Amino acid sequence: MTLQLAYFAILVILGSALISVFADQMPSLLRTAAFVLLGVGSIAAIVSGVSTLISGSSFSATLPFGLPWLNWHVRLDALSGFFFALIGVITFAISLYGPGYVREFEHGKQPLSVLGIFTGLFIVGMLLVVIADDAFMFMVAWELMSLSSYFLVAYQHDRAANRRAAFLYLLMAHVSGLSILLGFGVLASFSGSFAFDILRATEIPALWATIAFTLTFFGFGMKAGLVPLHAWLPEAHPVAPSHISALMSGVMLKVAVYGFIRMTFDLLGDIHWGWGVAVLIIASVSALMGVLYALMQHNLKRLLAYHSVENIGIIFIGLGLAMVFMGTGHKVLGVLGLIAALYHTLNHALFKSLLFLGAGAVIHSSHEKDLEQMGGLLKRMPWTGLFFLIGCISISALPPFNGFVSEWLTFQTALQAWKLENGILRTIIPLSAAMLALTGTLAAYCFVKVYGIAFLGLPRSRHVRRAREVGMGMRLAQGMLAVLCLLFGILPTHFVGVINSIPIQLVGVGLPEISAHGWMWLTPINADTASYGAPLVLIAIAVAWFLLTLVLRRGKKHTVHDCEPWDCGFSTPDSRMQYTATAFSMPIRRVFGLLFHIDEQVERNNNTIKHRLTVTDRAWDLFYKPIADAVHKAARQVSRMQSGNVRIYLGWSLGTLLVLLWLIT
Amino acid sequence: MNLLQLSLLEQAIFVSAALILFVSFSLLAQRRLVASIHAFAWQGALVAAVAALVAAASGENHLYMSAILTFGLKALLIPWMLHRLVRMLELERHVEQLKRPALVIMAGAALVIFSYWVSLPIGRLDMAATRNIVAISLSVVMLGLLMMVTRQQAVVQVIGFMSMENGLFLAAVAATHGMPLVVELGIAFDVLVAAVIFGVFFFHIRENIDSLDVDRLNLLTEKEDDKP
Amino acid sequence: MADYLNPAAWIFAFIQALLFAAAAPLLVAWVRRVKSRLQNRSGPELMQPYRDLYKLFGKQAMVSQNTSIIFRAAPYIVFCTTWLAAAIIPLVVTQLPTAAIADVIVLVGFLALGRFFLALAGMDVGTAFGGMGSSREMLISALAEPAMLLAVFTVAMTAHSTNLSSVIEHVLNSGIILRPSYLFALFALMLVAVAETGRIPIDNPATHLELTMVHEAMILEYSGRHLALMEWAAHIKLMLYGVLIANVFFPWGIATNFSTSAVAIGLLAITLKLILLAIILAISETVLAKMRLFRAPQYLNLALLLALLGMLSHVILEVGT
Repeated sequence: MTLQLAYFAILVILGSALISVFADQMPSLLRTAAFVLLGVGSIAAIVSGVSTLISGSSFSATLPFGLPWLNWHVRLDALSGFFFALIGVITFAISLYGPGYVREFEHGKQPLSVLGIFTGLFIVGMLLVVIADDAFMFMVAWELMSLSSYFLVAYQHDRAANRRAAFLYLLMAHVSGLSILLGFGVLASFSGSFAFDILRATEIPALWATIAFTLTFFGFGMKAGLVPLHAWLPEAHPVAPSHISALMSGVMLKVAVYGFIRMTFDLLGDIHWGWGVAVLIIASVSALMGVLYALMQHNLKRLLAYHSVENIGIIFIGLGLAMVFMGTGHKVLGVLGLIAALYHTLNHALFKSLLFLGAGAVIHSSHEKDLEQMGGLLKRMPWTGLFFLIGCISISALPPFNGFVSEWLTFQTALQAWKLENGILRTIIPLSAAMLALTGTLAAYCFVKVYGIAFLGLPRSRHVRRAREVGMGMRLAQGMLAVLCLLFGILPTHFVGVINSIPIQLVGVGLPEISAHGWMWLTPINADTASYGAPLVLIAIAVAWFLLTLVLRRGKKHTVHDCEPWDCGFSTPDSRMQYTATAFSMPIRRVFGLLFHIDEQVERNNNTIKHRLTVTDRAWDLFYKPIADAVHKAARQVSRMQSGNVRIYLGWSLGTLLVLLWLIT
Repeated sequence: MNLLQLSLLEQAIFVSAALILFVSFSLLAQRRLVASIHAFAWQGALVAAVAALVAAASGENHLYMSAILTFGLKALLIPWMLHRLVRMLELERHVEQLKRPALVIMAGAALVIFSYWVSLPIGRLDMAATRNIVAISLSVVMLGLLMMVTRQQAVVQVIGFMSMENGLFLAAVAATHGMPLVVELGIAFDVLVAAVIFGVFFFHIRENIDSLDVDRLNLLTEKEDDKP
Repeated sequence: MADYLNPAAWIFAFIQALLFAAAAPLLVAWVRRVKSRLQNRSGPELMQPYRDLYKLFGKQAMVSQNTSIIFRAAPYIVFCTTWLAAAIIPLVVTQLPTAAIADVIVLVGFLALGRFFLALAGMDVGTAFGGMGSSREMLISALAEPAMLLAVFTVAMTAHSTNLSSVIEHVLNSGIILRPSYLFALFALMLVAVAETGRIPIDNPATHLELTMVHEAMILEYSGRHLALMEWAAHIKLMLYGVLIANVFFPWGIATNFSTSAVAIGLLAITLKLILLAIILAISETVLAKMRLFRAPQYLNLALLLALLGMLSHVILEVGT
C-alpha cells in the first residue's frame, strides 16, 4: 500500500508538470490546478513516508522501465521514507505558497509554463532519487533533478548575471554527478551489478572502499554545498524564483545528504574512522566559513544561501561524528550522531524553506532584494514578520524551537568523545564542537542583523514604506512551516522515536534510551548524563511570563506611544541615521578580516564621498581560479589539434584507425 | 591512570606543567619586551617548582639542587641580565607589531596536539603520570621554536631559545628524574655563557645595521650598492 | 531521575528561583559598595537597587513611535529567559528537578535567546545608538559564548554529564583534587562572565557615553517598568554567573539533601562565596580600565585560549591510557 501511495504521489506531481504545458493559454490554470496537484501529491508522499517510518519495514519492487536487461529497482525503506516525507512537507508548503507568488510572473518576459513543467519534473526527480534501489535509476533520477533545476535557475535568463549563475550551477552539478557515477562504478566493478542490495552485500578491499568513499563524498559534498565546493550555491539560489530557492535549499541539498548517507552507511557499510575525521574537519570549516560569508552579504537571498552552506556543514558534523564513533566500534554513539544529523536535516528543511518563503514574500511585496533598502516591515507585514522571526530564532538554534534540539543532540554526541581510546580523536572532537558553538553564535549575530535591519526600525526606501502584506496562501504556507518548527522543538522525543527505525535498518542498532522516560524527556545516553524536557521549557517560559504580567499589570499604567526616540537632542531621527547592514557586520569584518577578500574604497570628489565595499569568497582565488586556468590551458593545448587543414584531420582518422586495428589483434 | 589516584603532590606537578604551557602561549603573543622577560622569569620559576615537587614526590634529593640552580639561573640571573641588556639598548618601551597573532596561537595549539600525538606511544615510565608531562615539555620546546620563527626582535628570539631549554629541562625532570648533576651544571653554564655572548653580539649587530630586527640581517650581505 | 520529580523538590526549586531574583539586586549593591569603598567613597546603601526598581515600576513606560511590538515584548522575554536560566543552577541544594529539564547547554541557549531579543529591541528603535549597541553586544557574545561552551565542555567531559546537579555532585564526591583543566576553565569562565555581564574592562555598566556603551545602548530607550525588568535581568545575570562559578568549581558547603541543617549550611556557604567573588570583581573593576571595543576580541581570545588549554590539558594530562 505504501509503495502504491508513493507511485501515486510521483504520478500526480508528474501530472502537475503536464498540466503546466497549457499554462500559457490559461494562466489561472497554472495557479490553481498545477499547485493543487502538487499539494495532493505531496500529501500522498508524506503519508507514505511516515507510514514506512512507523512500520519499520521496507518495500521493494521492480519497475519495467529502464533498459531491457537493467530494470529499475525501487525500494522504500525507513531512510527513503524519511526523505520522502521531508520532500512532501516542503512541497505542500510550496503548493500553498505558489498560487499567490507566481502571479507576478504572469506578465513577465518568460513563459509561465516553463516554471510549472520544470517544478513538477524537479520534484519528481528528487522523489525518484530517494526511492531508487539501483545505481542506474539513481543516476537517471539525479540527472532529471539537476537538469530541471537548471531550467528553473535559468528562468529569468534575460540578465547576464543570471545566465552565468545558471551555467556555473549546471557545470558543478554535472561534475558532482560524474564523481558520484565513478563512485558507483567502483562498487559495481567489484560486485558485477548495479542493484543496491547486491552492492550492499559485496566485500570491497579497504583501498577501493576509500576511493569510492572519496569520489562519492566529493560528488555529494559538491551538490550539498560543502566548502570549498560550494561556489554554485550563493550564485544559483538568489537567482531562482523564491519558492524554487526554498525547494533547492530546503530539499535538494537534503537529497545530496540522503545520497551520502545511503552510500556511506548502507552500501559501503564498513566505515573507517579516518573517513569520519575528514568529514568532520571539512564540515566544521564549511560551517564556520558559511556563516562568516553570510554575515558579509546584504542581498537577502544570497545571505540565506550562505546559511545553507553553514547548516549543511552542521549536518555533516553530525554525520562525521557518527562515522568516527561507528568506525571505532561505538555503534550506539554513532547512531546518536546519525539521529542528530537526520534531525537537523529535517529542521533545516523546515526553517530554511520558511526563511526563503518569507524572503520571497518581502521581495514580492516591496520589490527590494537588498537589505540596505528595507526596514520597518514588521509593521507593514505583521504575519510575514512573525513567521520570519520564528524562522530566525529556529536557525539561530535558540530554545524552545527546533534548531536548538538538533544542535543539542550534536553537542551531546561530541561530548561522548571521552569514551574513545584514541587520544587525538578525543582532542579533535571537542575542537569541532567549539567551532560548532562559534558557528551558532555567529548565526544568531547574522539573524539579528537580518531581522533588525529588514523588519525593525524605520523603512529605508520608498517601496518598502508602501509594502503590503501578502495574500492568504503565502501566509498560510509560512505559518504552517512556523508551527512545524515549534512542534519539532517541543516534541523531540516523539519524533526521535519515529526515526529510530532508520538506524535500526541501516546499521542494526537503535537508540532505545532516548525516549525511555516518556514523551517529555529527551535522554540520548541515559538520564543521568543529559536530559532535556522540551515541553517543560516552553511551559516554564509561558508560566514565567504569565506570572510577570500578573504581578505587573495590577496597576493602571498605560504605555504612551507618542514620543520620539532619544538621539542626543538633535533633529528628529530619520531612516538614514540608523545602522546599516554593512555597519552592523563591520566588527566581524574587522575581527575575521583575513578570511575574506575585502576591497574597500572611499572616493572623494568635490562634494560627494562614495564608499564601495566588495567582499568576495577566497575560495574563488585559491581554488576555482587555478582550476579554471588549468582547464583553459589544457583546452588550448587540445585546440591545437584543430588546425583547419582537411588533410591533417584525415591524417588523425587514419592514425586512429591504425591504432584500433592494432589493438584488435 | 586516574587523576583521583594520584597524590596531591603529583596533581600539583600537573598544574604546574599546565601553567608552564600557558606561559609559553603568552610568550608567543606578548608584545611588550619587558613583559616577555617577566613571563620568561615566571616560566623558569615554575620549572624550578616542578623540579622541587618531583624531588618531593620521588624522594631523589639531587633534584632539589637542580631546582635551586634552575631558579637562580632561569628565574633570577638570566632575566636580570636580559633586563640590563634591554636598558643598555634603550629598548625598555619597545612594543612589537605582531603579524597575525590569532594564526600564530592556532599554530601553537596545533603543535600541542601534534606533540601529544608524537608522545602517545611512549611506554611506561617510573611515575605513572609522567608520560603526559613529556607531551607538555615537547610542546614547550616546539612553542619556543615557533616563537623564534614568528618574531622579529632579537631579544625576543633569545627568550624563545631559552624557553626551549626550559622545555628540555622539564622533560628531563619528569621522565628520568633529572640528568646527572655534572650534565646539568654543564648545560646551565652553557646557557649562561650563551646569554652573555648574545648580549655582546646585540651591540655589534645594532652598530652594523642600526636595528635589532633580525629580518634586516640580510643587509649584512656584501653588495656594491649597499651602504654599511 | 525519578527522585527529582517529587513535589517537595519542585516547591524547593520554585523557592530557589524566587530567592535568586530577590537576592540579585543585593549582590549588585554589594559590588557597588565595595567599589566605592576602594575609591574612597562611602557608596550607596545596600537597599538602593531595590529602591531604584520600585521607583521604576511605579513610573509610566514611554515607548517610541518608531518601534514595533518586539520593543514592548523584549523586556518580558529577556527577564523570563534570564530568570529561567538562573533557575537551572543549583543555588542551595544540588538536587533540582529543573536541572533535569535543562542542562548547561540549555542554560547557554536561554541566555542566547535573551540576548537575541535584547539586540532586536536595540535595533527596533531606529536610532544609531540602538544599532551600535546591538552590533557590539553580538560581537562580544559571538566570541565569548564559544569560550564559555568550551570551558563548560571541559567540565562536562570530566564529570561525564552536562546536568549541573551531576557535575556538582561529581566534584563534591571527588574530594580535593587539583585539576589543571578546571583551573583553566575557571579563569576562562571568569573572563567570559565579565564580558557577558557587561562589566569593566569590556563594558561600563554605569556610563551613557556613546563611545563606551554596549548594554546601556541597547536599553537606552526603555523607561518605567520595561527598564526595571531589563535592569533586574542584568542583575540576575551577574548573580547567575557568580553562582555558576562558585558552585561548579568550589561546591563545598552546598546541600545534598533537603534537611534543614544542610539547607542552612548551603545558604551560608553560597552567601560567603558570592561575597568573596563580588570583592574580587570590585577589585578588578577598580584596577582595570575599560578597553576600547576592538581590544575586546583580544581579551576574548585570551578566554578562548584558556578554555582551549583547559580542554587540551584535560585530554593530555588527566585522561591517560
